[in-house]
Amino acid sequence: MDFSLTDEQRMLQDTVERLVQDQYGFEQRRGYMQEKGGFSRDMWNQIAELGLLGVPFPEEIGGFGGGAIETMLVMEAFGKGLVLEPYVASVVTSGQLIADAGSDAQKEAILEPLVGGELVLAFAHGEPDSRYSNTQVATRAERSGAGYTITGHKAVVLHGDSADKFVISARTSGDTMDADGLSLFLVDADAKGVSIQGYPTIDGLHAAEVKLNGVQVSEDALIGQEGKAADLIELTQDRGAMAVCAEAVGAMGVACDLTLDYLKQRKQFGMPIGAFQSVQHRMVEMRMELEQARSATLKAAAKLDSGDPVERRRAVSIAKHQVGIGGRFVSEQSIQLHGGIGMTEEYYLAHFAKRIAMIDNQFGDADAHLDRFSAQMDVPKTA
Amino acid sequence: MDINFTPEEEAFRQEVRSFLKEKLPREMSDKVLNHKHLTKDDLVNWQKILYEKGWAAPGWPKKHGGPGWTPVQKSIFEEETARAGAPPLLPFGLAMVAPVIMNFGSEEQKERFLPPILSADAWWCQGYSEPGAGSDLASLKTRAEREGDHYIVNGQKTWTTLGQHADWIFCLVRTNQEVKKQEGISFLLIDMNTPGISVRPIQLLDGGHEVNEVFFDNVKVPAENLVGEENKGWTYAKFLLGHERSGIAGIGRGKMELTRLKEIASKEQKNGRPLIDDPSFRARIARIEMDLDALEMTDLRVTAAVQQGQAPGPEASMLKIKGTEIRQEIYHRVREAVGPYALPFQPEALDGQTDDAVAPDYALSAAPTYFNNRKLTIFGGSNEIQKNIVAKMILGL
Ligand SMILES: Cc1cc2nc3c(=O)[nH]c(=O)nc-3n(C[C@H](O)[C@H](O)[C@H](O)COP(=O)(O)OP(=O)(O)OC[C@H]3O[C@@H](n4cnc5c(N)ncnc54)[C@H](O)[C@@H]3O)c2cc1C
Repeated sequence: MDFSLTDEQRMLQDTVERLVQDQYGFEQRRGYMQEKGGFSRDMWNQIAELGLLGVPFPEEIGGFGGGAIETMLVMEAFGKGLVLEPYVASVVTSGQLIADAGSDAQKEAILEPLVGGELVLAFAHGEPDSRYSNTQVATRAERSGAGYTITGHKAVVLHGDSADKFVISARTSGDTMDADGLSLFLVDADAKGVSIQGYPTIDGLHAAEVKLNGVQVSEDALIGQEGKAADLIELTQDRGAMAVCAEAVGAMGVACDLTLDYLKQRKQFGMPIGAFQSVQHRMVEMRMELEQARSATLKAAAKLDSGDPVERRRAVSIAKHQVGIGGRFVSEQSIQLHGGIGMTEEYYLAHFAKRIAMIDNQFGDADAHLDRFSAQMDVPKTA
Repeated sequence: MDINFTPEEEAFRQEVRSFLKEKLPREMSDKVLNHKHLTKDDLVNWQKILYEKGWAAPGWPKKHGGPGWTPVQKSIFEEETARAGAPPLLPFGLAMVAPVIMNFGSEEQKERFLPPILSADAWWCQGYSEPGAGSDLASLKTRAEREGDHYIVNGQKTWTTLGQHADWIFCLVRTNQEVKKQEGISFLLIDMNTPGISVRPIQLLDGGHEVNEVFFDNVKVPAENLVGEENKGWTYAKFLLGHERSGIAGIGRGKMELTRLKEIASKEQKNGRPLIDDPSFRARIARIEMDLDALEMTDLRVTAAVQQGQAPGPEASMLKIKGTEIRQEIYHRVREAVGPYALPFQPEALDGQTDDAVAPDYALSAAPTYFNNRKLTIFGGSNEIQKNIVAKMILGL
């Protein structure tokens, strides 16, 4: 067993961490948030120039040829700066989905501009009533002529207001709750019948409601096999989950560091508040939650690449559950131990606390992953 | 032993209910129950409605225009108003400065300050905390120096809730630097319109503006605005802590929020069925209800003891700790219940100013409410400080 990173991985980590350190200060981030879509196009181009948009893609198309561990390293570093750019939406979820299941023509049309930063994708799967389900889809794609007509409502689509194209899940057969009959399509954001309502999210990102009203797509908009997309959707959701877990680990680390510093500086009753044992124990518990989250996320990344869906589901659910519960603890207690100052928008701790907590509301919350884990948990047979 | 309310108390509950049915404006309760933003006018108007009825100051004795209720009646009133979605009564005037003035103020001060507090014509804010003096309040530095028949006040207060609307601020100020820190503090009433006072808003993490910094630059305060004796301010502040503790557990509010959580969980879906039917989510709600039920009994035990003339002791700290933890757990579960729709940030919608709301009010308010209420365990003596009090005063550690 060896937990050390390869030289390439360490270089990748250094590159992203340097970018975040130099260009993702609190005030800089505030500036980026004011731009269209709530992130900086300049920063996006830099991320592209550094090759980061190609991390999980093959070298032939200008990618880095990395796997889930590399994605984890990028996302953890992004978490340290609360990076706003649509990396999860465009690269981790939609981009990898195209790389896995897209036709040659789709890959050719999409991946190179995506890696270059010219094309932004968003993954539009969730719906108003579907919560975190991987298979509950009411959006329908009906065969019509040489293509499909898609109608439905996709909810809280991460970065949906910046996407040039969507990867959309829609039902080509069966009922809303069926795992069978799900298909994936590439849909242009400016296609006729698509309406997009973008908005900021409470943690500083952007999302959108995407409504499709009789949107016509041609046959070659279908990604992969018709009616058989359930596994691919689940894999994609798991990739998103692992990525935001890694982001949470980065952000939780910062929240813990900021809190620890504060405990040493802030004096009440003539001594640093970190001198009180009840406070010390709380800080210790925060660090323990962070380390548990780090471990679980590492395993999730390793198992994402294992090709074994049972192992992958287990590990991703353990990580996302841990980040849900432990992230909540770190978020809440970092505010608590800061006292009033932790509640203010002007001090950057709260921004970390908010993002860490809200990660639970993406890609399945702690309960959703607890459900999935318990459903496939090993139980010994008794006579 | 009889743990039931008396027939008189039940009759009182009915009276409060019918009053609320008749007089509580629908648009106010709609805002409260959906966690939309209340304006200054909402708060003032509601207090004025209660004032008409003689109920604006549940804790005041008859002599000063209060209803003269028993502790049990106060607790029934609190529960029923919370249940109906009435706006909260702000404590700063009614429950904080008024009891101090009643007990330690001069006759002139009582005549001058109490009536407008009761009728909601004067808005008060609390000037205790400072940047360097939070939990360790007694280390406060804002100074008041006597010059003839005035004090000259210099310094800074912070976290001043709703100070942006205030006509008056009651402050703890340092009047003697030489003595032990608790013994050099005085209780001063300051007109917010006095030259030299400036108010700077602090934005909280939910985007709202409810707290402020208040700066004092050579502010001239008439000496007649000193309450009680100079350098006795700490005693008055402590009196306040031991005095007005009814409602600290927030049972009424907790029950209202729990009912709301159940309603939300009934509207939200999980796997095509109402979330409330999901066994694990339902069990989480049940746990909260069980906690709240036990806490209500603890609260009533304390209330009954007070009714029999015993002073409310450090048990109040237990009520504060448990009550705030329960509320925070409810707000967390609401955020969880609404799923991904906790993410959209549309504060305009909560001000009633947009037609573009992407989700129901209860979903859009879920995350802001959750984050905002982190304050419950920080202010009013943080929960860590409350535990220190229990350790020391109850357990003798
Ligand atoms: C939304 C909001 C509204 C407020 N409104 C008002 C108002 O209207 N007027 C007013 O005067 N004040 C107000 N306050 C201030 C509030 O009373 C203080 O925030 C509170 O007293 C804590 O002080 P602090 O923020 O300086 O934290 P600190 O005292 O610095 O505490 C930081 C952390 O250390 C812990 N700690 C400190 N000492 C100990 C100890 N001995 N043992 C264990 N742990 C300890 C605390 O519990 C906390 O977790 C408000 C605060 C908030 C957040």
